[in-house]
Amino acid sequence: MTVSDDTKLSNAQIAWRAAQDIADGAYVNLGIGFPEMVARYQPAGREVIYHTENGILDFGQEPPAGEEDWDLINAGKKAVTLKPGSAFFHHADSFAMVRGGHLDVAILGAYQVAQNGDLANWSVGAKGVPAVGGAMDLVHGARRVAVITEHVTKSGEPKLLERCTLPLTGVGCVTRVYTSLAVVDIEGARFVLREKLPTITLERLQSLTGAELVLAGPVADLIVPEL
Amino acid sequence: MDKTIATPAEAVADIGDNATVMIGGFGGSGAPIELIHALIDRFVKTGTPSNITVVNNNAGNGHVGLAAMIEVGMVGKLICSFPRSADPRVFTQKYLAGEIALELVPQGTLAERIRAGGAGIPAFYTPTSYGTELANGKPTAAFDGRPYVQERWLKADFALVKAHLGDRLGNLTYNKAARNFGPLMCTAARHAIVQVSKVVPPGTIDPEHVVTPGIFVSRVVEVTDPAQEELLNRAGATYP
Repeated sequence: MTVSDDTKLSNAQIAWRAAQDIADGAYVNLGIGFPEMVARYQPAGREVIYHTENGILDFGQEPPAGEEDWDLINAGKKAVTLKPGSAFFHHADSFAMVRGGHLDVAILGAYQVAQNGDLANWSVGAKGVPAVGGAMDLVHGARRVAVITEHVTKSGEPKLLERCTLPLTGVGCVTRVYTSLAVVDIEGARFVLREKLPTITLERLQSLTGAELVLAGPVADLIVPEL
Repeated sequence: MDKTIATPAEAVADIGDNATVMIGGFGGSGAPIELIHALIDRFVKTGTPSNITVVNNNAGNGHVGLAAMIEVGMVGKLICSFPRSADPRVFTQKYLAGEIALELVPQGTLAERIRAGGAGIPAFYTPTSYGTELANGKPTAAFDGRPYVQERWLKADFALVKAHLGDRLGNLTYNKAARNFGPLMCTAARHAIVQVSKVVPPGTIDPEHVVTPGIFVSRVVEVTDPAQEELLNRAGATYP
C-alpha cells in the first residue's frame, strides 16, 4: 500500500508545519538530517534559539562555500555560523541543557513511533555498526519531543504502530508526530488525530496507520503552502 | 612550575601498551591530530603502545587522526557514541572482522561518565537509555516516580586534547565548538596532554576566561597552525 507523492506533504512541508508550533523564545534542538530543515521555516518575528549538542547555543545557517570554519560545526558535522549572542560550552553542560529540562522542544526523525510514545530512530537491527549519538539523551528532558516523518515507510509499511518492533531510542517520550499526511498527538498512550490532509479520507488514513487513530475533538485540515 | 613540552613526540613518550586514552574532539573539531600522529609514529617504529582503549565521541574519518590510529592496529577497544562518519571504512572493517571491540555509549552519558570520572563520582543515574538495549544489565531505580539507569564513571590513564591558548601552568582556552569533550577529558585522565596553538605567559589568559584550570593539565605542547581533520580528508590525506 503506497501513497502517491501528489497526495502527501514533502519533507520541506512537514518541516514547515512543525516550525509553526515553535513559540517565540523557545530553546530548540533539531536532530541531524531532515529535522534540521525546520529552522528554515521559522515564522518571521519569532526569536528561536537553536541548541546543537556538540556545544553551541544560537548558531546560524551554513556559511558560503569556502568560508567554513571546521571548529564551528553542528551535530551533523556541517559548518555553521555564529549570531550575536551565541555561546559555546563543553559536552557536560550541553547535555545538562538536554536532560535537565532546559530545552523547550526537540524535533527528531523516526523509524517507528508507538501509540504510547515509544520511539525507535537509532538502529534497524543487528547488522552493521551500531551508532546512537545523542538520540537517547534528546528524548529525555525536552518539554516537548516531536517527531517529523513520512507517514509510511518507502515500502508502504506503517511507521505509527501499537508497539515498535525496532530497537527503542526511548520509552514513552514522544508527544506529537508530524507526518506527510497528518498531525497526531500522543495522549494517554493513544494516537489522537489533530489534523489531516483534506484530500485523504479518515478511512484511508487509518488504513495507513498501524494503531487506532482516536478522534477527540475536531480534526482540522492540514494546510501547508507550496514550498 | 612549567608543564610545557617541546614536541608532541616527547609529550606522548610514556603512553604504554594497554593504556586507556581519552581523545578529544567531535568529528574533526577538536581532534588533536599532531598528538595522535606522534603516538602513531612511535607505534610504527617500536610496536608500542599497542592494544590501546580509546575514548572518543566517534571512530575516526578517512585515514588520518583516530582513523589512522585504528588502521595501523594499535587500538584494541573503542568507547564511543557514534562510530560513523563521512568515511568510516577503517573502523567499520576492523569491527566487522572482530579485530576491535566497541562499547557504544549514548553521547550525553559518555560526557557525564567522563565528568563523573573527573569529579570523583563513581556512579550516577540518568534517564537516558532506560528501556533500551543499551541499558541491558545495568541497575535501574525510580526517583520521584521516574525510572533511571545507573551508569559508572569513566577514567583514563591519558587524555590527548586540542586547545587554543595555554600557559606553562596548564590554564587553557579552546576554539569555538572544538571545546566539546576537552575540558571533561582533562579532568578524567591521570595525565592530560594538551596541544595548544600558542603558549602564552601566565596572566595572558584573563582568569575570567580560563576554561580548563591548570590543575587538570599535566603537559602543554605548542603546535602552531594545527592540522584540521576535515581539511586533511578533503585533500585525501593518509597517515603515516
